[in-house]
This record gives sequence, C-alpha cells and structure tokens, in this order.
Amino acid sequence: MGTFHDDKGELHGMTVVVETNGPRVYIGRCDTQTPEGIVLLDADHHDEGQDGKSNDDYLSFAAKYGVFKKHDHIVVPAAEITTVRRLGELA
Amino acid sequence: MPYDPALVAPMRQEMVDMGVQELTSADEVESFLANADGTTLVFINSVCGCAAGSARPGLRIALGNDHKPDRVGTVFAGQHVEATARVREAFAQFPPSSPSAVLFKAGEPVFYLPRHMIEGRDGPSVAFELVTAFDQFCN
Repeated sequence: MGTFHDDKGELHGMTVVVETNGPRVYIGRCDTQTPEGIVLLDADHHDEGQDGKSNDDYLSFAAKYGVFKKHDHIVVPAAEITTVRRLGELA
Repeated sequence: MPYDPALVAPMRQEMVDMGVQELTSADEVESFLANADGTTLVFINSVCGCAAGSARPGLRIALGNDHKPDRVGTVFAGQHVEATARVREAFAQFPPSSPSAVLFKAGEPVFYLPRHMIEGRDGPSVAFELVTAFDQFCN
C-alpha cells in the first residue's frame, strides 16, 4: 500500500540520472517530464572535475548509495538534456 | 508537517505485523541502537508507492531467511521525524533516502539499501538484496 500518481509518467517517483550536453549531470527524484524539461525533487548535481571527481566517479558513488541533495526542486531544461535513465540501472 | 496518522497507519501496522519493533521517538532509537551486540537492521518506512510498496513485502520475505538480524526496528520518515533523524545520524556517511534499510554489525553500518535500489522492483527482488546482506553479515 502506498501513494501512486499514474498521471505523471512512468518515471514519476523514480530516482533518475539526467545527463546534459554540458559538463553537468543531475540526479534526483523525477516528478514530471514535460516538453519544457524535467522536474527533479531532492536533487543534486555534479560538474565534470568538481571536487577533483569525474562525473563517472560521482555516478559510481551515487549508484551505490544515492546522493546528498542540494535542491528541493529543480527544473532541467529539455534543450540541455541528452539522456534520462534510472539510477538503479547503474548499480 | 508530518503525514496524517490515518494515512500511514496501515503502512505502520504492516511492519508491526511482521514482528518489527516500531521506533517513534529519538529516545527509542537511542535505546534501540545502544545495544551494539550482533546485528541490527533499521528499516526507514515511507508512504511512497513507487518503492515502499515493494520494500515492506521484501523485508517480510527476507525475515524468513535462516540468517537474519538479531534485532529489526523501523522508523517512519515524514511521520516520526525526530526518530528518523536520529537513525540517520547513525549512518551519516550515506545519503538519506526513504524507504531504505541499513544493517549495523557491532554498532557499525555494514550494508545500506537506498531507495533507488528499491524503486520499480518487486518484493522478491528487494528480498534478494536483503538476504544477500543477511547471509554475509548475520548469524
């Protein structure tokens, strides 16, 4: 038993990795996907090389343990998005 | 603001029915974790249908395993806020998420099943992850 929101798309409630056409990658819980972009909740982001870590290093840690959130709510514009996939698929 | 108690009551009861000790205050968590002998599992419960709806059945299946934690407790994220915060202090090196589960051995966290490893999976799949950890760390 739990809460369901079937009208918000198949990724609603799933923790996703959003890769972009720039150095930044986002991880957060997908709320909605629209033609304008994707809305993430409890999200974090990482830029290539930030804190001495590559995006691959960042994703490797996140795939095992998740992320410490930096944003309660963030919108990633569709024009920047290259891929959206479930974090669980990386584990 | 905590959830409506009526909303979460069935999800809490599901845990109690499988013999898990409910921890509703920081003091209760403190006492529960103070016993560092052997292994202790804490399940962070949640209303989330995307994950908790399979996490609870997964835990129930896993607790039927030959090897399992000596103690199993649960807090409800978004309902028992202070209790949840106190549990998370005990494994602060891992990012918080709910639902999730953390296994302690001799007081140290040795296994963490975060929310994203539960999302979209069914109960037996979640149980497999837990049983694998139980077989590794529990008597």
